[in-house]
Amino acid sequence: MATGIKDKVAILGMGCSKFGERWDAGSPELMKEAFDEALADAGIERSQIEAAWFGCWGDGVNVGNSAIPAAMALRLEGIPVTRVENMCATGTEALRGAAYAVASGAVDIALAIGSEKLKDTGFGGLPPPFKGTFNDMWMPMGSAPAGFAQLAPYYRAKYGTSKDELKRAISHVSWKSHQNGVHSPKAHFRKAVSMETIMNAPMISDPLGLFDCSGVSDGSACAIVTTPEIARAMGRKDLVTIKALQLSTSSGRETQTNDWDGSYVANTRNAAARAYKEAGITDPKAQVSLSEVHDCFSITELVTMEDLGFSDDGRAVFDILDGRYDRDGAIPCQIDGGLKCFGHPIGASGLRMAYEVYSQLLGRAGERQLSSPSIGLTHNLGGVPYQGIAAISILGLA
Amino acid sequence: MTQLGISRYGAYVPRLRLDRAAIAAAHGWMAPGLRGQAKGSRAFTSWDEDAITMGVEAARDALSGTSLEEVKAVRLASTNLPYADLQNAAIVARAIGAPDGVGTSDAAGSQRAGTSALLQALKGTESALVIASDNPFGKPASGQEMSFGAGAAAFLLSQSDVVARLIGSASLAEVFVDHFRATDAQSDYGWEERWVRDEGYAKIVPRAVKAALAQAQLSISDIQHFVMPSYLKGAAEMVAKSLQFGGTVAGALDDGVGYAGAAHALLMLAATLEKAQPGERILLIGFGQGADVLIFQATDAIAANRPARGVAGAIADALPTDSYLRMLSFYGGLDAEWGMRSEKNAKTALTEQYRSAYQMEGFNAGKCGSCGAVQFPQMQYCVQCHAPSENFSNISLKDQEAEVLTSTADWLSYHPSPPLWVGFVKFDNGARVLMEMVDIGKDGIDTGDKVRMVFRIKEKDRQRGYNRYFWKSTPLSAA
Repeated sequence: MATGIKDKVAILGMGCSKFGERWDAGSPELMKEAFDEALADAGIERSQIEAAWFGCWGDGVNVGNSAIPAAMALRLEGIPVTRVENMCATGTEALRGAAYAVASGAVDIALAIGSEKLKDTGFGGLPPPFKGTFNDMWMPMGSAPAGFAQLAPYYRAKYGTSKDELKRAISHVSWKSHQNGVHSPKAHFRKAVSMETIMNAPMISDPLGLFDCSGVSDGSACAIVTTPEIARAMGRKDLVTIKALQLSTSSGRETQTNDWDGSYVANTRNAAARAYKEAGITDPKAQVSLSEVHDCFSITELVTMEDLGFSDDGRAVFDILDGRYDRDGAIPCQIDGGLKCFGHPIGASGLRMAYEVYSQLLGRAGERQLSSPSIGLTHNLGGVPYQGIAAISILGLA
Repeated sequence: MTQLGISRYGAYVPRLRLDRAAIAAAHGWMAPGLRGQAKGSRAFTSWDEDAITMGVEAARDALSGTSLEEVKAVRLASTNLPYADLQNAAIVARAIGAPDGVGTSDAAGSQRAGTSALLQALKGTESALVIASDNPFGKPASGQEMSFGAGAAAFLLSQSDVVARLIGSASLAEVFVDHFRATDAQSDYGWEERWVRDEGYAKIVPRAVKAALAQAQLSISDIQHFVMPSYLKGAAEMVAKSLQFGGTVAGALDDGVGYAGAAHALLMLAATLEKAQPGERILLIGFGQGADVLIFQATDAIAANRPARGVAGAIADALPTDSYLRMLSFYGGLDAEWGMRSEKNAKTALTEQYRSAYQMEGFNAGKCGSCGAVQFPQMQYCVQCHAPSENFSNISLKDQEAEVLTSTADWLSYHPSPPLWVGFVKFDNGARVLMEMVDIGKDGIDTGDKVRMVFRIKEKDRQRGYNRYFWKSTPLSAA
């Protein structure tokens, strides 16, 4: 009988590069920034790392295939280094690989590093990904905002939400994140933005305006994991352990059947149900102290609040406007500013979210510090709402 | 053996139209004289339409659900076929679901390619589908650009249910070079129009008409409809008059269509059949390096078997546009800055195309033999019950009733006709497919709007000159 991963893996150290338009740095330099910080935090030598997972998405503009670029950049000598790619869930996948290696007893110490260099394309936005030779035959490829914007009409139709009401709620999502981002020294965007500016920004894909879309940034984040026993033996007192790591991937039910009504993300609900079970969380509203969710677009964050069970179905609009997810609300969301302020270097985002939760749990979040959080949740969403991957990690104090 | 006759016919005209005044206005600085031709509108092909896609749509209009089982040949005529060596007719035949044993061929090389293909097929004994489809390109600021248009017509030839029978014909060959276009050239080089009219149409056509009438043992007074395509205004009336023809000279379809090259004679024939009464005789002319003349007589079945849409329906289904540069861009005449997103590699894996042809060509969804779920694309197991796809049967979605479930206008993605309209289409048999939506007007498209499927270019590989075709959805009517 599987027992899950709860409390089998502790985070020994984490690091995060400065996110932004890093004209000065390629992926190897970004990785070094995150890696040096994580090594120092963990208090170990490079030679103690026994296995590594490298998360990176775009091989067209990044470092190329395989894990060799990470092994070369970080001089990881003679150990297994594996590259993982699972769209926007890539960073969490790297963490999952390293955590499973430790939990299985295969190694004592493992590294997860995610990195993405997006600003070598020569244009704004994400490069269009390769769909595969079969999908090329039939599948139309819209941009990411076009895919996520389609949540809005369904949501409105299902709950009778007016256009204005929804626009105000998603604008509040962005407003709140930009307020928080001011206090994140590593964020790309660190300016507060007024509700008025957000609501009147140029439309990208109705109802998503400019500030409803996350930025495009370069960045890297990194975790070194071990067992709680080894961490304690190394003298660690405050321990952050992994309570759950779960994923859900589309099998075609949303796109090929009429089961899905378009107002939520089925993968997030599937992954959340399994993550809560693995972590032993029965009442997420009461038990989760903070979340870092995939706010690629503000409409995504809105439906995610329901998909994660933080808001009842149809109530997210009201909870958001009531400030439930603001920094002084019941379950602060994106206390570091989220994707809105950090941008979304795809391979790094999941680990960047874990970095914030880890920092908050250890009381190291400086001006952003929440009062005594105990459980934090990260959520990544790859692909589009109807065909994608959701990844959830739950971290907590041991 | 009974003689073949036309049993069904249909047409297609691109929905996109441009007022000729807009073309003339764009060139006013260098060719102010074009204003004289600036009457009405012309049709032009969208970036994803060509002789193949228009041919498919004309054939579907003609067939409107009829079984293709008896059809032994598909012939496609055009002088603007997308491929020089890759049979265009075969692509059409597969898209419309022609049977495995069908013969296919392209006919090209002359403005009378359409009439020649029709005549040749009528002289045979096997049921055939003859399609003429063309979108000639006229150089910017040329008279051709003003008068040219686009469209396609299709004729099903059978031994039964005949609505019009061939009762006489003649052809003659004459190397009269009114214009020419070298194999690799994009546009025509034409000689003085007065010479073309006086030495060409006025002298060559009557010789062929007289031969055809003699063969049918008829005189010109036995003819009710005179159908002569020409991009020269008034040429048909002049020739008809010289022959002392007293009936109806078929209109040139210059408003809403424009001269559609090798397809024009057949488009005009289809338009004439739509109005013809039982017993009436139609004289059809094809001109180019000589002439073809075909004389038809409508049967009693003509009134009962008009096409659902036809030429008149296609002309009425217009989507007016107002930008000359859009048309120029669609015809490849504008090297615009499309941004780096357009640099994406559009190479088609021909191996994959062949493997998946059974579902892509005819838009075949799979119906699960275990639970009955209809699904596209067909993957290895049923999306609903996970039964293996060996139990699937093919159900084409191309003629299924469908409606928009969701849609969005995407201005960010590279698209040759921005914005890209994309969303889910819900079919009445339960299938749900993410699709591109085309020919969308200013008011956009909404949930619940009815759509139909059209065969279009899915993606153009500009680097290698290869088009990948697939089905897209479009509103039932443009307006």
